[in-house]
Amino acid sequence: MSRERKIRVLIAKPGLDGHDRGAKVVARALRDAGMEVVYTGIRQTPQAIADAALQEDVDVVGLSSLSGAHMSLFTRVMEEIRKRGLDDLLVIAGGIIPDEDQEELKKIGVRAVFGPGSSTEEMAEFIRANVRSRV
Amino acid sequence: MIESLVQGVLAGQPRAVARAITLVENGGPDAAQLVARLRPAAGKGQLIGFTGSPGAGKSSLICKLARELRSRGRSVGVLAVDPSSPFSGGAVLGDRVRMQELACDPEVFVRSMASRGRSGGLAEAVEDAAVVLRAAGKEIVMVETVGVGQGELDIASLAHTVVVVLTPGMGDEIQSLKAGLLEVADIYVVNKADLVGADAVARSLQAEAERPVGGWWRPVIQTSSVDGRGIAELAEALEAHAAHLRGRTKADEQEIRLTYKTILTLAGREIVEELESTVQPDRLERLALDVVTGNLEPRQAARAAVRMFLRERRRDPSSRKEEEVEVVA
Repeated sequence: MSRERKIRVLIAKPGLDGHDRGAKVVARALRDAGMEVVYTGIRQTPQAIADAALQEDVDVVGLSSLSGAHMSLFTRVMEEIRKRGLDDLLVIAGGIIPDEDQEELKKIGVRAVFGPGSSTEEMAEFIRANVRSRV
Repeated sequence: MIESLVQGVLAGQPRAVARAITLVENGGPDAAQLVARLRPAAGKGQLIGFTGSPGAGKSSLICKLARELRSRGRSVGVLAVDPSSPFSGGAVLGDRVRMQELACDPEVFVRSMASRGRSGGLAEAVEDAAVVLRAAGKEIVMVETVGVGQGELDIASLAHTVVVVLTPGMGDEIQSLKAGLLEVADIYVVNKADLVGADAVARSLQAEAERPVGGWWRPVIQTSSVDGRGIAELAEALEAHAAHLRGRTKADEQEIRLTYKTILTLAGREIVEELESTVQPDRLERLALDVVTGNLEPRQAARAAVRMFLRERRRDPSSRKEEEVEVVA
């Protein structure tokens, strides 16, 4: 029977940019890697993303941003996530994010940034290796 | 661990509710214990199943309806079921995209569930998740599923109220659906009623709804998530059906026959689970080998497995102690 624990991932796009092709490619790739991917669509508020992560009881949140507003948006998402006590969530990011911002994002708790050209296998591997182990 | 989860769910804490649903999705003895503890508190909630073909607009309809019910002061939970890939076992669960309007109302608890290739048992997992939501105080739990009538049992037979969602342009198809889909309905919805052809579909449904079942006249309601028509009417019909179920003193004969079958199907699955955990796996594997190599017919092997199970049960007195009976108030 299906008693194994599935890795659950939330893919979200905070902010106003409406380009979600990359997010959808990632969603399908992680599905093909055997994960259950909740896709929330574009233009999500940080509160809505954190509420969805809470209700869906996901292990991973993947944030995508192509607009350049990633620093302020991701910071607010992280605040909302912490406010809900979801401290053991693995948060990763993708999109157009300059190298110099990547270190800053890691400081606020974004564990990895996958820019253009990243392989989806690499992403799935990273998730498997870093996801919290839960009962 | 179970006890703190139970307390958290009963207190309506979202984190506990989310964790509890994960537990029942994964199944196992802890899940069964959790559901048994929560079921008494779930008694009052109404479980509503929405079925209809993919693309019928169920997610958007549920979103609008949830808002309507919230404005009437009701608490709402939503379970959206999507299929898992049979190849990777993964799934993309996209119903939230069409429920974005609910995102600003954290009081509506939305949970996406993957079918996980369960041949049977998906309906049970969904119903267990609904027990968690109802125990957490959600008065109305709406379940969205595709593909009714394919299995011998689905969420429709476990829900209190079944809404079948159809769309314009299904004129002739309705006749062929008659056998499965239409009979399980308590409420018919013709969604996308802003499109041409809704009246025709509604008329053919009227013919289907011409006689009451168990004293309930099945309404035909035209709705649209685009212009909002019929949403309030649907909310009222849901409340009316709940009131009908509460006030009912006798059931219709067909309904009793259907329910009788459902109970037997469920009992069969329970017995199979017991059998699997009682008879040693290698003995069952030996039976499988005998069938594959042509020494036994599958039905002979099945009977042998049942005999093994019954013998084991007789031998082990601990398994015979009366199990706790859950009574729903």
